[in-house]
Amino acid sequence: MSRLLPFFAFVLLAALLGFGIWWNSSHDPTAVPSPLINKPAPSFALPMLDQPTHSVSKESMLGKPYLVNVFASWCFACGEEHPVLMAESKSLGIPVIGYDYKDDPNDAKAWLAQHGNPYDTVITDESGHTAIDFGVYGAPETFLIDGKGVIRYKRIGPLTPDVITQQLKPAIAALEKEAP
Amino acid sequence: MSKALRAWLLLMLIAFTAVVSAQAIDPLPFRDHAEELRFQHLTSELRCLVCQDENLADSNADFARDLRHKVFELMQQGKSDAQIKQYLVDRYSDFVLYDPPLNIRTWLLWFGPLLILIAGGFTVGYTIRKRSRAGTPAAPTDNGDDW
Repeated sequence: MSRLLPFFAFVLLAALLGFGIWWNSSHDPTAVPSPLINKPAPSFALPMLDQPTHSVSKESMLGKPYLVNVFASWCFACGEEHPVLMAESKSLGIPVIGYDYKDDPNDAKAWLAQHGNPYDTVITDESGHTAIDFGVYGAPETFLIDGKGVIRYKRIGPLTPDVITQQLKPAIAALEKEAP
Repeated sequence: MSKALRAWLLLMLIAFTAVVSAQAIDPLPFRDHAEELRFQHLTSELRCLVCQDENLADSNADFARDLRHKVFELMQQGKSDAQIKQYLVDRYSDFVLYDPPLNIRTWLLWFGPLLILIAGGFTVGYTIRKRSRAGTPAAPTDNGDDW
């Protein structure tokens, strides 16, 4: 029995290593779970990209759920995400707001003109100050906000077809079931 | 070139280098040196989320600079270190702190090594007692394997 002890110790360590590899391949180690989920979204009022004199605020969006997709023309992963949004944004059934993060509005306009615009509205946060309140630390990030202004779901990193069908759409369906 | 001029130029050069290196990281208008030290200490305890394994004070990332400015702004508003940390934890979770707080999710991190040490101590104690009871030597001196 005691002769087998080193063997058991080895199996235990090997299992631990296997678990670590599995965990890291199925989870993004750079994704920091947001503490803001199921908390009210921070109040914001940001200018629209095509009409800088008009702004979109948390209050103006109250009443029905919407999606906020943080993107930027300088962001590489947003380019990967973009075709997915182009294909899926209309099928989500809720408004999709593009949140242009720390970007030159002209660059953003050119980028959307070149790749297509999947958004219902685009708002700009050139300084990135409001993004800190949202706990944004990179792009792309996506928030699902319900009609009461509460953040219900957050995706860090690009939306993929799998993420949309397995996570985002069920989350939206759950919100619609809640609504009276 | 006269000796005096050369010395003067050298002095200017040294003074200029000092200014440049002090400005290079982040020129923030601190009221006094104490405030600057407090800022340095606070940002060294906060994690830069985009670079990871680097703190806010040392990071050159654009996002780290934004958070440094936020920390500075909150300091100007008279917020305490604890309030500033809480502000960031509310938005970026405990992960933003380099010194994780003791709570349900981190108890294994804090006490895991101690548990392993205790378990090891018990194993050693158990083995020694078993061997001394059996009367066998603590370590076999010759088991026939000559290496």
